[in-house]
Amino acid sequence: MLMREIRDIISSSKATGWVLEPEAKRLFSFLGLDVPRFVWAKKVEEAIQFAEKIGYPVVGKVVSPKLVHKSDKNGVEIGIANDEKLKETFRRFSQIDGFAGMLVEEMISGIELIIGAKVDDQFGPVVLLGIGGTGVEIYKDVTLKMAPLALKDAESLIRCLKAHSLLEGYRGSKPVNLREINRLLMTFSELVMDLESLIESIDLNPVICSPTRCVVADARIMLRQ
Amino acid sequence: MNLEPLFKPQTLAVIGVSLSNDRHPANVVYYKNHFRHQAKVFSVNERGGLLQGEKVYPNILDIPQKIDLAVIATRAEMVPGIMSDCIQAEAGGAVIISGGFAERGRMDLQERVATIASEADFPFIGPNCLGTYSFPYVDTFFIPAERIVRPEKGRVALVSQSGGILVDHMIKLAEEGVGLSKAVSIGNKALIGEMELLHYFTDDPETGVIVFYVEGFKKGEGRSFVLAASQCPKAVIVLKSGKTPDGTRAVSSHTASIAGDYEVFSSILSQYGVVEAKDEFELIAFAEALSCYQKPIEGRIGIITGSGGHGALAVDACLSHGLSVPLLSEQDQSEIREKISPRIQAIASLSNPIDLTGSVVDDDFVSAAKILSTKQEVDCVLILLLPYTPGITSDLGARLSQIYRQDGKPLIAYVPHVEKYRMFIEGFQLNQVPVAHSIEEAIHMAVALRRRQPC
Repeated sequence: MLMREIRDIISSSKATGWVLEPEAKRLFSFLGLDVPRFVWAKKVEEAIQFAEKIGYPVVGKVVSPKLVHKSDKNGVEIGIANDEKLKETFRRFSQIDGFAGMLVEEMISGIELIIGAKVDDQFGPVVLLGIGGTGVEIYKDVTLKMAPLALKDAESLIRCLKAHSLLEGYRGSKPVNLREINRLLMTFSELVMDLESLIESIDLNPVICSPTRCVVADARIMLRQ
Repeated sequence: MNLEPLFKPQTLAVIGVSLSNDRHPANVVYYKNHFRHQAKVFSVNERGGLLQGEKVYPNILDIPQKIDLAVIATRAEMVPGIMSDCIQAEAGGAVIISGGFAERGRMDLQERVATIASEADFPFIGPNCLGTYSFPYVDTFFIPAERIVRPEKGRVALVSQSGGILVDHMIKLAEEGVGLSKAVSIGNKALIGEMELLHYFTDDPETGVIVFYVEGFKKGEGRSFVLAASQCPKAVIVLKSGKTPDGTRAVSSHTASIAGDYEVFSSILSQYGVVEAKDEFELIAFAEALSCYQKPIEGRIGIITGSGGHGALAVDACLSHGLSVPLLSEQDQSEIREKISPRIQAIASLSNPIDLTGSVVDDDFVSAAKILSTKQEVDCVLILLLPYTPGITSDLGARLSQIYRQDGKPLIAYVPHVEKYRMFIEGFQLNQVPVAHSIEEAIHMAVALRRRQPC
């Protein structure tokens, strides 16, 4: 069953055709998933206040209903180290078409993954897991399953990645929190089943995984037209 | 819906025979069934008359016997009316050979026919198809009997959207000595499609393996198909065409662009243990292997051969297909060494692959296979047999097949396929052991058993 908050987010995004990143993150945190601490700053002062509270460095992202692919317009700035740089970035973003504020969030480090879903014409909702986050099309290391996932499907999504040893601890590095990835995949699969009639696809990209956390660092929900 | 009349009719009406053109598809169907198959066959043409001295009926309703299967080969426009006649005559079902429906933009005509049939719960195959081949009962393919290569009766059922692909695979099955239970070309699949045939063949006692050639599923049909196939106790093999993307897809999200139609199809088949054949070579090898063995393996292969080179090539092929070739322990190796002929004890290499050398005799193969079949380390045994090895006889296939029956570990043989060695090949095949014509194909057969395992 969909929570009312989730239904509200989806229905208020209908006009845009997709759910803006801060709203998508709010949706995933409703589901108990880990998202970076963030603020949607409409004014530069709010951005600075938040950055000073959580401490630099931070990530800045443009929010614009006219921009589906932020990186196409240099709309993401990673590793902002001080007030100066934050102001400059805010100014730059405000020139972008449809500017509706700036997302300021904590920097997360770890292995980047993509978790995605689409509603396939022949098979209905499917869930995808891939290595590389934004670089996924370069690595082409992805696994796919029909939703809803059983726990063994989630485990096999991870196990069947070519680079699975990277996640399970490679050459002395600590394994990432596999239980958190499983939990994320299972929750995501349920959501996708519930949203089947409303969505075209969802990208959680990147999901950043470390030995402790598994954080949805960006999310995009494309609605069915 | 009862599909039995489509495959086991006792009476057949061929509607649309020509009185002037004996090469008309309907005439071909009429003659081949008249001369070669068990169903009693009647011909229909609205003008009536005689065809080679046999009465031609003006309408199916005029035939004095109840008809189990009507084969319709008239112009498309006439089909809805004929379909209603068939239903009124209480026929059991129909095959519509005629083209000129959805594939020619006449979706309306096709829908009319489908509606008439489904309202009467009347099963039909097609239109625009070859229909059913079910020896010795019926053959609705409009291909003269002498042009068809007929596989022996066996356990593989073939279902194909394309008639040409179907006939081609029948030839290949015959060539490899793989038996066929029934074949059906479904054409435009206006009423009966993959789903209905999956259910029919799941219950068909003659069929052990169900093979589909699929171009595409209708909306949502892929999901119901894999879910049903995963519940089917028989192996289901699918070959898909149209694997390459059309390139016109809008890249609105990464997932949508990476998870193309084929990637989704292939991943979901393996999720549910539905065996995907990537090409026609795999398809035939898979059908042969899975008509002998139903149980999936994990893919830990034991290899027994009389030639080191064959063993080495087989290991390479196994590893490149993601199968493993585990080493045997010293203890297991000495167990085998004690059981083989004294003259090869010192020269045989027993770590896996087991190379029994050119001095091997039947007993050595049998002893090694027996021991290997009891070991947890392997779950499938490959026998690479060189019939030119002087100490080998054609009894070997029958003797080795006994081991499978005792220990349940599938055995796959490789024997070069030339006429001279036919007795060796049949020694395996007639005892339900699949025989590959190349080392690579033997590995494909093992891959088939592994793909039965949901991943």
